[in-house]
Amino acid sequence: MNDMTPIATKPKDWETDQEVRWCPGCGDYAILKAVQRTMPEIGARPENTVFVSGIGCSSRFPYYMETYGFHTIHGRAPAVATGVKLANPDLDVWIITGDGDALSIGGNHTMHLIRRNLDCQVLLFNNEIYGLTKGQYSPTSRVGTQSPSTPFGSVDRPANPCAFALGSGARFVARGIDVHKNLVGVLKAAYAHKGTSFVEIFQNCIVYNDDVFAPFTDKKQGADQNQLWVEDGKPLVFAGATKGLALDRDRLALKVVAADDPDVIVHDKTNRTVAHLLVEMPFGEFPMALGVIYEDPAPTFESAVVAQNEQASAGKKPDLAKLLAKGQTWMVEKEPHAV
Amino acid sequence: MATAIHEVSPADASAHPAAESIVVRFAGDSGDGMQLTGGQFTLSTALAGNDLATFPDFPAEIRAPLGTLFGVSAFQINFGSTAIETAGDMLDVLVAMNPAALKTNVDALKPGGLIIADEGEFNQRNLDKAKYAANPLDDDSLARWQVLRLNISQLTVDAVKPFGLGNKDALRCKNMWTLGLALWMFDRDRQPLVDWLKAKFAKAPTLAEANIAALNAGHAYGETAELGGGVRQHAVPAAPAEPGLYRTVTGAEAISLGLVAGAQLASLPMFFGGYPITPASAILHHLSRLKEFGVTTFQAEDEIAAIASAIGASYAGQLGVTSSSGPGIALKGEAIGLAIMTELPLVIVNSQRGGPSTGLPTKTEQSDLYQAVYGRNGDAPMPVIASRSAADCFEVAIEAVRIATQYMTPVMLLTDGYIANAAEPWKVPDTSALEPFPVAFLEQAPADGFLPYARDEKLARPWVKPGTPGLLHRIGGIEKKQGTGNIDYSPANHQEMTDTRKAKVDGIAVPDQQVELGEASGKLVVVGWGSTFGPIHQAVRRARRKGLDVAHVHIRHIWPMPANLGVLLKGYEHILVPEMNTGQLKTVLRDQFLVDAKPLNKVSGQPFRIAEIEEAIAAYFDGVPGNEGGEVPVNAQQLPTPQSGHDDGTLRGTSSPQSDPSATTRDGDATRRDADAPQSAG
Repeated sequence: MNDMTPIATKPKDWETDQEVRWCPGCGDYAILKAVQRTMPEIGARPENTVFVSGIGCSSRFPYYMETYGFHTIHGRAPAVATGVKLANPDLDVWIITGDGDALSIGGNHTMHLIRRNLDCQVLLFNNEIYGLTKGQYSPTSRVGTQSPSTPFGSVDRPANPCAFALGSGARFVARGIDVHKNLVGVLKAAYAHKGTSFVEIFQNCIVYNDDVFAPFTDKKQGADQNQLWVEDGKPLVFAGATKGLALDRDRLALKVVAADDPDVIVHDKTNRTVAHLLVEMPFGEFPMALGVIYEDPAPTFESAVVAQNEQASAGKKPDLAKLLAKGQTWMVEKEPHAV
Repeated sequence: MATAIHEVSPADASAHPAAESIVVRFAGDSGDGMQLTGGQFTLSTALAGNDLATFPDFPAEIRAPLGTLFGVSAFQINFGSTAIETAGDMLDVLVAMNPAALKTNVDALKPGGLIIADEGEFNQRNLDKAKYAANPLDDDSLARWQVLRLNISQLTVDAVKPFGLGNKDALRCKNMWTLGLALWMFDRDRQPLVDWLKAKFAKAPTLAEANIAALNAGHAYGETAELGGGVRQHAVPAAPAEPGLYRTVTGAEAISLGLVAGAQLASLPMFFGGYPITPASAILHHLSRLKEFGVTTFQAEDEIAAIASAIGASYAGQLGVTSSSGPGIALKGEAIGLAIMTELPLVIVNSQRGGPSTGLPTKTEQSDLYQAVYGRNGDAPMPVIASRSAADCFEVAIEAVRIATQYMTPVMLLTDGYIANAAEPWKVPDTSALEPFPVAFLEQAPADGFLPYARDEKLARPWVKPGTPGLLHRIGGIEKKQGTGNIDYSPANHQEMTDTRKAKVDGIAVPDQQVELGEASGKLVVVGWGSTFGPIHQAVRRARRKGLDVAHVHIRHIWPMPANLGVLLKGYEHILVPEMNTGQLKTVLRDQFLVDAKPLNKVSGQPFRIAEIEEAIAAYFDGVPGNEGGEVPVNAQQLPTPQSGHDDGTLRGTSSPQSDPSATTRDGDATRRDADAPQSAG
């Protein structure tokens, strides 16, 4: 058993001596700071914390956290993390991944991680581009994205990470923005949730996809009008509390109404149907839903595995000699048996 | 082979007299319960003190259409009073439950051998399906053999009539009837079968009684009917064996037990990440029942997740194990490289099957040796060891765990479909004689500071469990700096780390190569690895009886190879390497030792026959130059050749016939059965 008592740390205690190697101005720096600020607030112990990542810009993350860390191979962080958590359920496991890592090469593992509900935090840095390989379009890139591999614009429709997570059975879905102050709050909520906490973080790639999220992240572009920070028990209002979301009952869809409309939905984070509607709102006509969009805990995978291991072992002694001699056996004496 | 290597004695120098060993093949539709019949016959044979070897041969299709040629399921057993190391070259007795079973198997029957045919199934419909123009039981096409035609279907239905079963359920008992007859023929005890049936059908006593009645009826038929020709009781005396407690074991069982033992010796809990694939699934099935030994099994979403989760578990301080067959091992390749780079212990079991691609899922081959030794990106050295038989799997699995944990490296254990499925008697090892090798995790920083890539005298790095205060560190697949493990692409460091990884694996302590049979130098050495042990050993033994100067060397440690192997091989004038591939060990031997190893290859999906290797040995002594080695011609007589088939890998995700969890005795001992025998014993 690990010592699980929360301890007091400072953000600085979570920094390593390694030089951070992201491009100047990359959104990853802000996320790293937010995570390092989150750790003291949740009382985490460095030795009980493991950051597991795949491949991509985001996946260099573990080298910069003064914890245990495993920079694995492309797309496989959820699978490695599953082994880590099953082997030692006491550990706090954080998975750091990107849009290509989690939804393209590792889409299968992401789906099954979420379906099983392993207790861990998945921070998906979505920059809608392959940065480390120099700018190819990614599975979350919008149609028409021009990139070295799509000089005439991409033609395939993008995946929606939060819709993918909900479709895979996620019990916690949240969104944050790399440079937004609310990110720490989202990360704390993700940590507090038992089960797979799926967090999509809009992360600006300053080199290959700059400002792709600006309409809802950049104040100069009117981002304040386009952010909908959802809060459990509070009405779904945005644009300086002038507008709200209500249910269009005829179409079973959301519609934008005035904030004082009595039909404005009060957010219930356990309402899976509304969560689906919120994460799939087409941006432009609707704001971008942010914060903890859905949370409804369910039993975790590792707790079920541990419980079954214990139940199946109850009252049994691990006697190797007995195991080897199991089944129908016979003795050979000095002389072989006569038939 | 139940015992250690036997030297040739005058008593067994008479080259396999028929009375000392008998080969019986049960063949029928895949729904006829042939694997179960064979498995139970194996058990009763082992209980009678015979040494034995078996060869289950089942179709890739779980429910192939009834009565078709490619739906034939067969089970072969060779048992006798001398040490048995192969499933036998030619059959003495063929039990054919339908025309298709007869057609696909009869060529393997010795001239004068006995056919027992269920004539009740030789109707026009089944004859058509087997593509017989005329009923072979009625014309003279079987004149070379003795034919015993019995309406087993009808006799069975009559025998179980008192139990009021429907016709379909009644007919399902016919494998027990047949087994009863076989037990009579070879004077085997029925009681273990009766006990087993009672336990198996504890919840359906009527079915138990019906099956027992069928068994007894078959036995009584042999006792009382005036059967003609060669049908008589064969008494096969018990084989000499080292004194001790014995049981039968398949390779898959022995590997599972060896892994459990290895984890105990290393004082580690085990994490097994697997994904269903033929013929490797049985290991996952066995281990999933052994939770009290600290075993966690995880059926992952794919082969990659299976190994990646095992790597994660090793990182967290358990013994990570994964298992698959060739196609799955290919998928694991990148992750194997990660384990090599991060220097974490891991055992990877490869139950080889015919390839490439989906290949022959249920047939055996040894064609993944290159994949094991060389099959990764980068300079990625990894120890590889191979087991030679079902019983050998136990020791080899322990050895794999020992190397993995002592040297902080992934280890590949090669076995194959033949070993995985075949059963043989196994002398239950004395657990107190097993040498423990407990793992010492690093728990405190050494006085001169903690370095995650510090090296001990074996060049292994320390194993630190996350959760340990004061030893925080990061690892990954990117090149690491010697010592600190920080990212380092610098030329000198990559050279040094590549050299270190190679030196670590090259330096693994491997026991010196022994000669299994014959002298340590001479005219010819036959060098094998894996499941060819039996036929090579017998062939060399027979050749030596004839006075030929030939020796047998069988390699367990494929990589790194034993230090004395090169010198040993150079002591012979000629080196012959029989393999169920196109010459993979041969290539490695040539590369490592610059010796003129000649291949003898067979890639028909079936094991070598003793006679084939004997002939190849003889070619070195016949004075004819240039006829040594080469390819063994395909021999239709050896074993059935499926006429067609359509397996597209769909065996993944279905239970393999040999380890259906429902087929369990009260001892919790998974027992062989056909896939589609959900209700009756067959």
